[in-house]
Amino acid sequence: MEFLSSIINGLSLGAMYAMIALGYTMVYGIAKMLNFAHGDVITLGAYTVVIVSSTVLVPAINLPVWAGFIAAVLVCAAVGVLVEFVAYKPLRRASSLAVLITAIGVSYFLQNFFQIVFGTSTKNFPRVPLFNETWMIGSLPLNSGSFFTLIFSVLIMIALTFFVKKTQTGRAMLAVSEDRSAAQLMGVNVNRTISVTFAIGSALAAVAGFCYGYTYTGIVPTTGAMPGIKAFVAAVLGGIGSIPGAFVGGLALGIVEYLSQIYISTQWSNVIVFGILIVVLLVKPTGLLGKKRSEKV
Amino acid sequence: MAILEVKNLKVNYGVIEAIKGVSFEVEQGEIIALIGANGAGKTTIMQTVNGLHPAKEGQVLLNGENITNIPAHKIILKGMTQVPEGRRIFQELTVFDNLMLGAYTRKDKKEFKATLESVYEKFPILSERNKQIAGTLSGGEQQMLAMGRALMSHPRILLLDEPSMGLSPLYVNEVFKIIREINEAGTTVLLVEQNAKKALSIANRAYVLETGRIVLSGDAKELMHDESIRKAYLGE
Repeated sequence: MEFLSSIINGLSLGAMYAMIALGYTMVYGIAKMLNFAHGDVITLGAYTVVIVSSTVLVPAINLPVWAGFIAAVLVCAAVGVLVEFVAYKPLRRASSLAVLITAIGVSYFLQNFFQIVFGTSTKNFPRVPLFNETWMIGSLPLNSGSFFTLIFSVLIMIALTFFVKKTQTGRAMLAVSEDRSAAQLMGVNVNRTISVTFAIGSALAAVAGFCYGYTYTGIVPTTGAMPGIKAFVAAVLGGIGSIPGAFVGGLALGIVEYLSQIYISTQWSNVIVFGILIVVLLVKPTGLLGKKRSEKV
Repeated sequence: MAILEVKNLKVNYGVIEAIKGVSFEVEQGEIIALIGANGAGKTTIMQTVNGLHPAKEGQVLLNGENITNIPAHKIILKGMTQVPEGRRIFQELTVFDNLMLGAYTRKDKKEFKATLESVYEKFPILSERNKQIAGTLSGGEQQMLAMGRALMSHPRILLLDEPSMGLSPLYVNEVFKIIREINEAGTTVLLVEQNAKKALSIANRAYVLETGRIVLSGDAKELMHDESIRKAYLGE
């Protein structure tokens, strides 16, 4: 019974990683860069909900929590596009190392920005009705929040798969990912497609920030950093660039982390999680569902 | 007025001047062949005309409009589409998705359906394999897909870069037959080829390119009988 309950909690943690990993993997697939500032967008999403839906940061605004959720999605999408435009777009022809270092710089910028604007003390995330209950399924206690996190991630995965496979914008994203100049010959505006990718990835990070908020309740300027890095591990585990891979990798990593917390030790769980990254890179660098793709010259 | 006019085009690759002042014209309804050996600069010209590579000097005029150095994704909207060298189909997507991407700039749903029907009619194999992943097609089928994909934009002028490269003789004949059909249906064609014999056999006029310069031009049939062409390009 305890094992089953651990699996469910692990899946829920993994669902959060999956949402973040989807953003990592889409941006990697299409813009060919690792956006290490992606985790900090989660923090921004969580803070946005705190601003809009509680009196903690801005007492004058206290809207229902779902208004905060929508605001977080919009704010994160806009900031994601802005960051890409300001920091990454000028480096389109630069070496990937330059882009990587810039992404780390953006990450530190955002963390310090949060620290100055929101302070270093923990800010409480507003309560979400229905999300903090314990449901009994037979004799198995189930946290309703964990259940909703899983539902969110499955819905996102379905919507995203539909979007990428069935819409012209989605096809354009896949085309840019595979062959940028051939996509241009089809009339695809590469810059606009990359912006759309950042908007979607950042919106997903906002949803993850919302889930993080009602699950762990306390928000600090570095809240998103660790889940961001772990989601990166999940994306690599699933095969970076692959959308189903990010989902599977996220869930798998969540289960591994939760089980090692319960059955091994909470102190060792991070060691195990990052150990997975090393093992994957050594044994199967393309990940579980990644394809080997020869680089085009 | 020429549908496509290239005036004194100069293109650099780094510090190397790859195209040293090339001029040519394509009239409405023609098939024009640009022939030359490997490294003569044929593909560079095609990429520059389509906005994938910047021109250093000179002009590219499409229907009299200066399109030099405008972004590649805007050129297809002006009625010019390219089948690039090496086909460059989207290997990981289905045949259908490739065709849909060919129609990326089209907003008219009804006419788009008619185009899709006509492409399926011209290339029955694409209709049969519509759900197949494009990378699993044979080389010849991939060339058909690349051509079908380009036709999905309903271009007024079609640019083909080495359409016969790497194909079996059977498919080479098929490709040139289809190019002629496309032209007869009203699309102007600019063809770049190493297979000079084949290219000259369907073209109205041709330009011969050598190390970034046009060294000879004229009626395709006359060029086919030109002594220097026969020696250099037709292997006789």
